[in-house]
Amino acid sequence: MRKIKFIPENTNFPFMKVRLMALMLSAVLILGSIGAFFTVGLNKGIDFEGGILMEVGLEKAPDLSAMRSALGNLGLGQVALQTFGSDTDILIRVQRQEGDASAQEAAMDSIKAQLAADYGENVSYRRVEFVGPKVSSELVIVAIEAVIAAVFAMLVYIWFRFEWQYSVAAILAIVHDVIITIGMFTITGLEFNLSSIAALLTIVGYSINDTVVVYDRIRENFRRFKKLEVSDLINLSINETLSRTTMTSFTTLLALGALYIFGGEVIRGFAAAMIFGILIGTYSSIFVASPILMFFGLKHQKEEEDGGFAGAERTDAEIEEKN
Amino acid sequence: MNRFPMWKIIVVLLVCAFGVIYTLPNFVSKSSLSGLPDWLPTKQLNLGLDLQGGSHLLLQVDAGAVKLKMMESLVDAVRDSLRQQGDNVGYRDLKHDSNVISFTLRDPADEAKARERLADLSNIMPNGQRDVVISFDEGGLVTLTPSEAAITARLSAAVDQSIEIVRRRVDETGVNEPNIQRQGQDRILVQLPGVDDPDRVKRLLGETAQLTFHLVDLTADLGAAGRVPPGSKRLPAIEEDGRSYVVKNRVMVSGENLEDAQATYQQGQPVVSIRFDGLGAKQFGRATSENVGKPFAIVLDNKVVSAPRINEPILGGSAVITGGFDVAGAQDLALLLRAGALPAPLDILEERSVGPDLGADSIAAGEIAGIIGIVAVAIFMIAYYGLFGVFANISLAINIFLIMAVLSVLGATLTLPGIAGIVLTIGMAVDANVLIFERIREEIRVGKTPLNAVESGFNRAFTTIIDANVTTALAAVILFVMGTGPIKGFAVTLLIGILSSMFTAILLTRMLVEFWLQRKRPKALEI
Repeated sequence: MRKIKFIPENTNFPFMKVRLMALMLSAVLILGSIGAFFTVGLNKGIDFEGGILMEVGLEKAPDLSAMRSALGNLGLGQVALQTFGSDTDILIRVQRQEGDASAQEAAMDSIKAQLAADYGENVSYRRVEFVGPKVSSELVIVAIEAVIAAVFAMLVYIWFRFEWQYSVAAILAIVHDVIITIGMFTITGLEFNLSSIAALLTIVGYSINDTVVVYDRIRENFRRFKKLEVSDLINLSINETLSRTTMTSFTTLLALGALYIFGGEVIRGFAAAMIFGILIGTYSSIFVASPILMFFGLKHQKEEEDGGFAGAERTDAEIEEKN
Repeated sequence: MNRFPMWKIIVVLLVCAFGVIYTLPNFVSKSSLSGLPDWLPTKQLNLGLDLQGGSHLLLQVDAGAVKLKMMESLVDAVRDSLRQQGDNVGYRDLKHDSNVISFTLRDPADEAKARERLADLSNIMPNGQRDVVISFDEGGLVTLTPSEAAITARLSAAVDQSIEIVRRRVDETGVNEPNIQRQGQDRILVQLPGVDDPDRVKRLLGETAQLTFHLVDLTADLGAAGRVPPGSKRLPAIEEDGRSYVVKNRVMVSGENLEDAQATYQQGQPVVSIRFDGLGAKQFGRATSENVGKPFAIVLDNKVVSAPRINEPILGGSAVITGGFDVAGAQDLALLLRAGALPAPLDILEERSVGPDLGADSIAAGEIAGIIGIVAVAIFMIAYYGLFGVFANISLAINIFLIMAVLSVLGATLTLPGIAGIVLTIGMAVDANVLIFERIREEIRVGKTPLNAVESGFNRAFTTIIDANVTTALAAVILFVMGTGPIKGFAVTLLIGILSSMFTAILLTRMLVEFWLQRKRPKALEI
């Protein structure tokens, strides 16, 4: 049986040669993301902003502009409308109301009354969410703490299992992924909510998983090829793991693609963020995380204690012969 | 080269069997589950509110109101202990702010007597401090300051009591399996699966429902502008039509002494009939006997429901509350009175309600996405690795069973982000297999025999799998510990997925591959 192969055997792409170009591309993406974050800003959902969200099902597709002006006249401040999945499903977002909880209740009641007046009693409330200001500011803090704690834990683990250079490079790659993914959220206007934080953290986990696989190979190759130039050694390791890196990204993207297309409206934003994040994470594992190891002065250790990987079938000589 | 001793095979098979058996109840309807013998597993996945529909409310006990009430009752206690029949201790300016109660003795020489009278108000708490600190100064100024610990204890008690009342009110509405629990210091989380009218529940939880009976102050001008005599207060009518009543501050009977309340009809009008307990009946009897012919105000949460005239003494302990209710209004009031009053108002901090059809849509969409994702990944694995892809797919299937089984046994709640976690795990689950297979390919390329290639492929991929998965698992654990709501649900499935995918790849796939090698003894490996 003939099998598909993404990556031919024994590739020797010069990843290390293009590393400056890749880093420049990353720098542009990072600066663009930071710029967008401070100019355009995130489209923060009610989880972080506070406010009211209602998903209503109507019997037939409403005239959105009429609906917008009817709800806009209730004096609740900004009212955002969008269709959600189908023409008859409308997502209504209202900014947080001044005052206490009863002000929010009153706002919800007035929207319901207006909808009942305009569209009859057959309005189904598919989803109603209200997040008060106290809760939303706490959610922001908890989310930021969770991200920092997760990154820190991984930093320590990699430090413990590898060398400090790997740990620092991996964290830089993660920060790279997180910043660019947040940039994607800003530029596309995708709503940023609690699920987005979960997506962001999964992307971090996925990207580091990818990175660690390459690092593992680099560590192993340091033991095997005592004389190989460090930059050639890193390049070799990236090439050796390339098939696995692309394969795993592809199967994960297959599953996420199914989620994006068939998973329903509520999950779509989450799936989109994840898809983007997997792509960025894969890119960073190949082009960022390993090449920047070079900048931290990673080198062969003088007295290499051989640990576990005694069977070095391919030797320095063999590699030199190949080149 | 048999690396698989019998015990290992048995363990792997047992784990697989566990996965399949404990997943099965999820495919059987609840009613037929109850007909099964006891030894069979019957636990199903709990569906989160976002999947089955329902309401999630986060409430906060109004700490300010609790403190205010504490200060007010302390003021009453001070007044009662200073004024005793025939032996008053003269005082003036008895007042409180949010922290301190103060008054001035008319005769500073009374200090010793006042000290003795007030001694009962200051008690030693379990932590050794006094709950109320009383101090006297030379000019006769007396201050009483409740300690921080006393306020905290009071707030905590108010939260406990509120939880109890909320539970009773929710139970009265007939919601199935509500989940009511304390969150943090002063918050209450209420989860109501399957509620189709969250507004009613919110309305019921929003009422404090403190019922009191007061005499109407007939000396005051009932008009809106009149001055209110000391010892009385002006309260609005419950209809919010601008009418108001002036009632005496003194509570003649309170809702704490109610035994039952029911909605009934009187002359075709919905009313609430109430019955007092022994003490309440006695108080109510005395109040009505002494005040025949006078109006008696029924006050709910500082609004006057009605103020009917007392026609005759009511001694039997039963009474009727009239006041322009509709049927639902009378039923809700009866429910609130039966369940009891909240010690302080509750604020709604967060609400998330999902209608039942959105929940059903989400489940259906999640199932379709899951199945399509699994099929796509499975086909691709076979296209890429051939027979080894089949082995990986068997592992993938067992992997999914294991995730479902563990979630069912833990009684974990499956939410929409949880489904996303499972679908994502499907994609990532094959990663460990991919690592191993790619390694085997490399080993074959350097000219190893099939047996040796498989052997070193598995061994060498092992450390990589551990390192790569531990880092991801760390992130999942932290999400679980620190996250809230949807993040937690996602983290649980992700974590279980990581563990089960490591198990299936390292043990199950390896077992399958080695059995196949032993049977076929292939000369060359196709991978």
